[in-house]
Amino acid sequence: MRATAAEESQSGSLVLLCLASWAIPGAGHLWLGRRNKGLVFLVALPLMFAIGLMLRGRLFPFDFSDPLVLLEALADFGMGATYFLSKALGYGAGDVRAVTYEYGNAFLVVAGLLNLLVVIDAYDIALGRK
Amino acid sequence: MRSHLLLLILFAFFVSLVFAAIAKDDIKEQIRYGGAMFAGFVVSAIVLGWLMYPFPL
Repeated sequence: MRATAAEESQSGSLVLLCLASWAIPGAGHLWLGRRNKGLVFLVALPLMFAIGLMLRGRLFPFDFSDPLVLLEALADFGMGATYFLSKALGYGAGDVRAVTYEYGNAFLVVAGLLNLLVVIDAYDIALGRK
Repeated sequence: MRSHLLLLILFAFFVSLVFAAIAKDDIKEQIRYGGAMFAGFVVSAIVLGWLMYPFPL
C-alpha cells in the first residue's frame, strides 16, 4: 500500500524535527510548543558541554580501530551544532595531564547522550505518545 | 575548578535537571523527581567513595 501525501509530509516533518532537535538542543520541544522544557534543554545541555570543554575534556576522533574511542566520539557527536562549532573554534583538544580531564570527558559525553534522549523525547511527543 | 565534590554536584545537577524535564510534565513532579535523583547521585557517590577508601588504586 502506498503512503499518502499527508503521511509522507508528516514523516518529512518528523525527520526535520529530529534533525532540528539534534542540531540545537531543545529546538524540537520549542517547535512543538513545549517552551519551558525546550528552554531548559537549550540552556542546560550546551552549558554542560561548555563546562566539559573548560575542564579540558577531549572531543574524541572517529577512530574505528578503537571501539571505546569510537563510542565516545559518537556520544560527543550527539550534541549537534555545538559539537561542530567547538571543533571549528579549535576547542576539545583535551589535556590528558589535567586533573579535570576525565571529568571533562564525562561532561562532554553525557551532554551528547542526554541530547540524544531529548531528540527521542521530541519524537515521542510529535507522535502523540506523550 | 578542581574540587571533585563540586564537579560531582554540578554533574548530578545537570543530569537530574534534564532527566526530570524529560520524564515529568508537571513542575511539582519535576522538582520532586529531579530532587530525588540529585540526592541519589550525591549520596551514592559519597557512600561509594567511602566504601572504596580502604582499597589502594
